[in-house]
Amino acid sequence: MELTRRQSLAIGAGAVAVASLPVRSVAAQNDAAAVIAAFTGGVEPQEGGVEITAPEIAENGSSVPVAVSAPGARAILLVAPGNPNQRVATFNFGTLSASARARTRIRLAQSQELVAVARTDHGFVRASRMIEVVVGGCA
Amino acid sequence: MARVKPRVKLPKKAVPGDVITVKTLISHPMESGQRTNRTTGETIPRKIINKFVATFEGEEIVTVDIDPAVAANPYFEFEMTVPGPGTIRFEWTDDDGVIYDLEKAIEAA
Repeated sequence: MELTRRQSLAIGAGAVAVASLPVRSVAAQNDAAAVIAAFTGGVEPQEGGVEITAPEIAENGSSVPVAVSAPGARAILLVAPGNPNQRVATFNFGTLSASARARTRIRLAQSQELVAVARTDHGFVRASRMIEVVVGGCA
Repeated sequence: MARVKPRVKLPKKAVPGDVITVKTLISHPMESGQRTNRTTGETIPRKIINKFVATFEGEEIVTVDIDPAVAANPYFEFEMTVPGPGTIRFEWTDDDGVIYDLEKAIEAA
């Protein structure tokens, strides 16, 4: 069988699409790493010192209640590596803030490990928490 | 678009030095920019509240930089120390530049 130009182009496009599939999840992780690096200025955060409170199983990914707390933190960054936009929110605690603690509701596109990174006077700390999402929310 | 309505819940009275919990909510669709219009196939442009700031008499309590992954009708809850009587000012900044604001007085004696 002889391939027409149109067919060979289609095959080529298909091959590219297949090849790019596994790369996408790696890229998402890289993006999350880039988001964290932008927040820490490239410093690798230490494990622990941040607490993420969230349901283990989120029925509705379009509104998942999440609380973050990091004693002594100046700011807390919330990252969802499995979302199309990995950065979720950054809380900056001012002089009248009583505790480095905040609560909000977020969107999660799929089950994933939510990451929180906090900036303290002594450096950066991080924690993560796995959340199973039943129905993904459009993020 | 539905009218954007900010709401804030906090105790009316406090003793100076008290720690109070402040709960804020604003009605807003938080269009993430990821969705497409099913009939036309066009991407619905992003339109979210991208910043939330709470101040007490000009002094910062909390600032939140917000990305599209914050759920519709963004809700924020935080704790503040009441230095004395005064007004807490809340501001939500929309992608289109509009700032929705609300002020709440607090009695502290």
